Amino acid sequence: MDLKDKKVIVIGERDGVPAPSLQLCAEAAGARVILAMNQCFV
Amino acid sequence: MSRFPAVEAVSYGLAHAPDLVRYGSKPAREIGRDPGRQREIDDHLRSFEEASRYLPNRVFLGAAHPSALNRVSRPWWDATPDSEPDGTPLGRMLSQNGLYGLLRCCDQFGLIQLEKETAQQAHECLAREKLLPEARLSPLEASGVQLPDTHVGGFARLPLYREGTRVGTFKGDHESDETLQPSVLLENLATKATALQATMELLRLNPEVEPGSIDYVINTGEEAVGDRYQRGGGNLAKAVAEMAGLERATGSDLKAFCCGPMHGFLMAAALVKSGVFGRVLVVGGGSLAKLGMKSSAHLKADMPILEDVLAGFAFLVGTGDGSQPVIRLDAVGKHDVRCKSSAQGIAEALTSEPLGRLGLRLQDIDKYAVELHNPEVTVPAGSGDVPATIYRVIGSLAVMRGEISRDQLTDFTQAKGMLGFSPTQGHVASAIPFLGHAWRGIRKGELKNTLLIGKGSLFLGRMTQMSDGVSLLIEQP
Repeated sequence: MDLKDKKVIVIGERDGVPAPSLQLCAEAAGARVILAMNQCFV
Repeated sequence: MSRFPAVEAVSYGLAHAPDLVRYGSKPAREIGRDPGRQREIDDHLRSFEEASRYLPNRVFLGAAHPSALNRVSRPWWDATPDSEPDGTPLGRMLSQNGLYGLLRCCDQFGLIQLEKETAQQAHECLAREKLLPEARLSPLEASGVQLPDTHVGGFARLPLYREGTRVGTFKGDHESDETLQPSVLLENLATKATALQATMELLRLNPEVEPGSIDYVINTGEEAVGDRYQRGGGNLAKAVAEMAGLERATGSDLKAFCCGPMHGFLMAAALVKSGVFGRVLVVGGGSLAKLGMKSSAHLKADMPILEDVLAGFAFLVGTGDGSQPVIRLDAVGKHDVRCKSSAQGIAEALTSEPLGRLGLRLQDIDKYAVELHNPEVTVPAGSGDVPATIYRVIGSLAVMRGEISRDQLTDFTQAKGMLGFSPTQGHVASAIPFLGHAWRGIRKGELKNTLLIGKGSLFLGRMTQMSDGVSLLIEQP
């Protein structure tokens, strides 16, 4: 998937991959992160 | 005292609360939107017998070892009971009537009223279980008056049910204070009652522990006890100490979301190690708000609502008798502010970094106790298998560090981890459910050590985007 110039919403998880890590990856791929948040499902 | 403080005793408690599921946060919101949801919930509640024989609950109470979960195929809720007889438990499950009675006995403000038959049955249950001294049961003798309407004197009252019939009421204590509304006070009193339940079990199972020898109590539950001027003002710990007859104790509440118990564990050990106190009790009561948290998914899957119990724990930290597991205060793992937020960064801060200080590798740990949420509750809701995910991260770290090969990852996670079995009761599930098993295993020589890892989702409170974590190593003395 080409993320360049795409708007991205990042939902991270405490016990999985946290939002800041996902954000860095998405931005490195050229995406614009418009919202990044962590969720806890327990 | 040895170089390090010891875990002197551990106990647990469960309280069956099917008719309180409606007051869990998620069910209450859904019933508010669609009153018909109540009927669906009622049709999927378990009996006391079903909840009692549910293998994850027996493992939580210490009657069965976590390894028993590997021998029984899922769904566990529909499984034939394991043929292996239960061992000596570290706690018991209280019936809902018993829970109502315990709530009444813990209530010093006339918040709860029970109808006569329920009060009598609750009295019989608590007397039979010898959970509280007879003198503490007197509030139940005074119960049994005509139940008031749901609104009296301007205070809203929550009805309390048994199989759909109203058997009690629970009132608020201020007409406009949001923190003293009945739903909040019931949540707080439920936490107090179940933390007390686990504390009384600890004293019952360890008669050598004199109540007067406990100096301090740390409550690690997440509920906010307070009023309109100080939400979360706290000190449920002292309320529990009072009810448990810990005459020489005071205490305080420690808040860190689900990581609270591990912070409490650390503080207790530090207080004992420093010589400030000889014995510190750490407690955590159940979370009423989390009853039925994943019930929507359970209803969709036409399976029982498994989040129908309140859970509690209590453990005692002291100088030890030389046979009890010690807490390695020279290897505390903590998720610093500066810590990387990646799964790898968090895992390193809580495992390889503190172990490295002792010259230990990840492989040198017999068992890792992590967030032990029961996957049978979470997976149908799409929330994943929490412990399996964390074990995979720890195993992956072992691969990255060259301790094991990639092919050995599954073997590593199976040997060092376990299936989740804890009720999804927030802080309760955070590593502490295995503490009793580790305490026993280390004393018997079956385990040499266990690394307990707690995590907290601080971002839920909207004050920081960070999460949190603390780990402690316990080992043979």
